[in-house]
Amino acid sequence: MAEYKLLTKDFGADALQTLKGYERLGGYQGLRDAFKKFTPETLVAEVKTSNIRGRGGAGFPTGMKWSFLPKDVFPRYLCCNADESEPGCFKDRYLIDESPHQLIEGLLIASYALQVNTSFIYIRGEYHDQRLLLERAVEEARAAGYIGKNILGSGFDCDVIVHGGAGAYICGEETALIESLEGLRGQPRLKPPFPAVKGLYGQPTVVNNVETLCNMPHIVQRGGEWFKSIGTEKSAGTRVFCASGHINRPGNYEMRLGTPIRELLDEECGGIWRGRSLKAFQPGGGSMQVLMPQHLDLPLDMNAVQEAGSSLGAGAMIFMDETTCLVDVSMRLVDFYRHESCGKCVPCREGTYFESELMHRLESGLATQAELASLADICSNMDGRCFCPLGDTATWFVMSAYKNFRDEFEAHCGAGRCPVRAQATALVA
Amino acid sequence: MTLQASTRTAIERARDRYPRARSAILPALWAVQHEQGLITPDAMTEIAGILEVTPSDVEAVSTFYSMYFQHPHGRHEVIVCINVSCALRGAEEIVDHLERSLGCASGETTADGAFTWSSTVECLGGCGGAPTMQVDHHFQENLTPERVDQILGALRSQPTPHEDGVPATTGPAPTEPKGAASGAETTDATSPLETPKEPEQSAITGPGLKKRPRRPGKAAQ
Repeated sequence: MAEYKLLTKDFGADALQTLKGYERLGGYQGLRDAFKKFTPETLVAEVKTSNIRGRGGAGFPTGMKWSFLPKDVFPRYLCCNADESEPGCFKDRYLIDESPHQLIEGLLIASYALQVNTSFIYIRGEYHDQRLLLERAVEEARAAGYIGKNILGSGFDCDVIVHGGAGAYICGEETALIESLEGLRGQPRLKPPFPAVKGLYGQPTVVNNVETLCNMPHIVQRGGEWFKSIGTEKSAGTRVFCASGHINRPGNYEMRLGTPIRELLDEECGGIWRGRSLKAFQPGGGSMQVLMPQHLDLPLDMNAVQEAGSSLGAGAMIFMDETTCLVDVSMRLVDFYRHESCGKCVPCREGTYFESELMHRLESGLATQAELASLADICSNMDGRCFCPLGDTATWFVMSAYKNFRDEFEAHCGAGRCPVRAQATALVA
Repeated sequence: MTLQASTRTAIERARDRYPRARSAILPALWAVQHEQGLITPDAMTEIAGILEVTPSDVEAVSTFYSMYFQHPHGRHEVIVCINVSCALRGAEEIVDHLERSLGCASGETTADGAFTWSSTVECLGGCGGAPTMQVDHHFQENLTPERVDQILGALRSQPTPHEDGVPATTGPAPTEPKGAASGAETTDATSPLETPKEPEQSAITGPGLKKRPRRPGKAAQ
């Protein structure tokens, strides 16, 4: 099998969700090693050496992000971003469900490196059971002396607070997450100042994705150099890819970065379902541009996918078979952004409205060619002009689909119905 | 309605845990909704008192997040994902089935007050088990119409569960939904618990357009 298991190695082991089960498999040894082998400064340097890049979507180098904190300004805060809401993405839920202590250990290691005494896990409201699981795990860890005062006799204090969101995709944007943690509407803040300088409660703050933090116990125990040796030069380590859509075996698969996308699809996902062929796929979740079957030979490498005009984003691979209508898919994604636009800036709030109205008319075959022509205009007035990336990404998929499937978009104009669905129905019948 | 002592304690505990009390607004709203089934103006005023913020601070937050309800819902909450991954694997069929079998449209409550169901474009994060829905916060995956019937059939006569999934002994009464006593008219299609139409719900209409009702509570931005 093509999988390379680092974070997910022990998943499925007996009682891994409990502290005892986690410790039995070497759990919290990374935290002990961190205290024993590293000072906060050398630990940040080790993470820099590992070349790990953030697993939340933007792929920013984690060590560099950590080193932006101004010296001698305290208190500092660390927020784990578990607001996973990207369409097609369900890896953070999996990582929490299977091994909540791995995340808590990673969070504590990062807290030690950053000299943070209060850390937060911001988890989306829909992940209710996962929040309860994390809260129980935090209490277990506290009782065992991994959280609280003078952790394992190191002199380091750290509290962990699990904070549940309540249904807002925008809270995955780091400054909106901070606003939400402060008890406000989750709307993004103007940058600069960046959170590293003025974040939560106006203090230096780091926001890291769940998967990024889950890597920390492994980096600490086996070293940055070792970590760097997995994957490619620009994309070190593994990533947990969420495969969904028209495939035989949807699910989470941890892959060594640099592996061809085709291996993920054919060997892990069992290929496209019902003996059909691949029409298109999205390599990084709902926000990212569509890729075509010829892109299957690309490596799972952040830079390579970026050069092909898309992004690995949050690691969500959505595969679509030959019967899929790209106008329908675009409409659903645009509806999502319309629903999730926080309303703060005009290009996003109004732009997603116009996009969605247009896509509904197009999908039902009512739009004219002139209306379709306005799509590019709407999108160009959004992309790069919104307050935060939500509005920009609301245009990426639809514009890339329009570019690659222009005939399909145009065939909808004045057709009175969806021509692709009509054809697919005929095909199945 | 005054908050129960246990809810007040939960809010006070949350307040004391955070570096600043205001951060406890979200957990406070969750505690209230889990006790009362919705967020009322009275409850928001009480939360504001405990956290030493203004009631409008609390209301601003409660109306921003789509999972807080300002109107009563049924005993069980059913949310069906219709985003891409679920749509590719048959979410429409599940939505059509729910509409038929529950006899009400997305965003509405069944006549017996058992279920409020809605379809949502907000990806639930169950794409690996698509099509997916959440019932009372729990994931239900790999849905077929038959499985939906099984899940909902087993719940129909059950009371609202507590936050931890254990059936509630208090909270909304199983047989008499709120509002029923006030003499509200009940028809086949609507229920006494039906939420007032919010402006955004009618935004995607117009000739030939598919109506995709939004989840209540999100419109007031």
